[in-house]
Amino acid sequence: MSAVLELRTVSKVYGEGSAQVHALREVDVTVSSGELVAVMGPSGSGKSTLLTIAGSLEEPTAGEVLIGGNDISRMSGNDRARVRRRCIGFVFQDFNLLAGLTALENVALPLELDGLATKDARKAALSMLDELGLGERAAHFPDDLSGGERQRVAIARAVVGDRKLLLADEPTGALDSVNGEMVMRMLRAACKNGMAGVVVTHDAQLASWADRVVFIRDGRIVDQTRTPDGPETLLSTGSPS
Amino acid sequence: MSVRHALLALLAEGPKYGLRLRQEFQAQTGEVWPLNVGQVYTTLHRLEKEGNVESDEVDGTQKRFRITAEGSRELQRWLHTPPDTDAPPRDELVIKVQVALRMPGVDVMELLQVHRRHMVEAMQRYTHLKAETPPGEVGLGLVIDAQLFRLEGIVRWLDAAEARLRHLPDQSWAASDVDLAPDTGSLRQRANALGGNR
Repeated sequence: MSAVLELRTVSKVYGEGSAQVHALREVDVTVSSGELVAVMGPSGSGKSTLLTIAGSLEEPTAGEVLIGGNDISRMSGNDRARVRRRCIGFVFQDFNLLAGLTALENVALPLELDGLATKDARKAALSMLDELGLGERAAHFPDDLSGGERQRVAIARAVVGDRKLLLADEPTGALDSVNGEMVMRMLRAACKNGMAGVVVTHDAQLASWADRVVFIRDGRIVDQTRTPDGPETLLSTGSPS
Repeated sequence: MSVRHALLALLAEGPKYGLRLRQEFQAQTGEVWPLNVGQVYTTLHRLEKEGNVESDEVDGTQKRFRITAEGSRELQRWLHTPPDTDAPPRDELVIKVQVALRMPGVDVMELLQVHRRHMVEAMQRYTHLKAETPPGEVGLGLVIDAQLFRLEGIVRWLDAAEARLRHLPDQSWAASDVDLAPDTGSLRQRANALGGNR
């Protein structure tokens, strides 16, 4: 498995002088193709900053961010935007769908922006919506969809077009447990199909879907889970009374 | 886990032999709690003595059991009785953290993180098992969910403990007079006093 995302001694400082806030301090994280990594920490620990820097929405104060082996912090704004469009899919807690576009148009948009003909972009988008069980809802606007459906549209938009990196910020935060579980199954499946995934959360249930959980406190990675044993080590010692 | 009431519930569906009860009990609980034949028959005989089940002898040796009206009432009573949540259990992890607060040289934040990691690792194993479990296996699904919520509760307690300690002035918790052996009596007295003030 090859590294899709590498953060090398990344730091991020906001403000100046006495108002300085160190959001990230010398963070190293590598995520490979096929792997889902959860970054878990409380509010203000730096986890969302980590995600926006990994997604090239923000620049680090120091350190390197490599996507597919290329250092995006050395790229021009245009090149970075191209990497973002072609390689990275985002899923947010509040879905971030465009209200004036249908589900299909929302999913097709990044492909069209990247130069694909409208017809081809929509064909790919419809096939992705079908895969996520939303083919019937393709012509609906976001306001006509339930929360769970909106998030599935957002996932379709994030994974369509052979992207390499999936970044999710509390993707189940606005959903009930059934829809939350469905969303996590989809993110996990996208990674099993070859994407590299990063999900940031404070929620242990959500984090436990990941292959590896990284713990962040005060902008530092303080710990991570070891490779989990197989499920066969569970459920073997319990005995009824 | 009450084997008595689980067996009564299976008999509420109709008369059954002991071996079949054992198979159905294990299947219903996702085969998580193994149950030996001896345990099944001991429990059935106790239920019979109490008047909750009756048996008839078929084929000379094997007994078939059926639930009585008294047994059905006992099953309903048990189903509707909430589990005891009044007294906090003597929780090993709570005691460990309380002890650590009193011990010089122990990094309590690091200790909380060690336990948090272990809990999340256990949750990963259960969630990965859930991901592979077909939706039709309801018994196992219920057991996994219950265990995940229990473990999540512990992680949330660890998070809350960390937040509680962080909000105190530097290290002041290290010198505080921590109650090492929580006295449930005094907690109950406090709860009663609050109830009386309402």
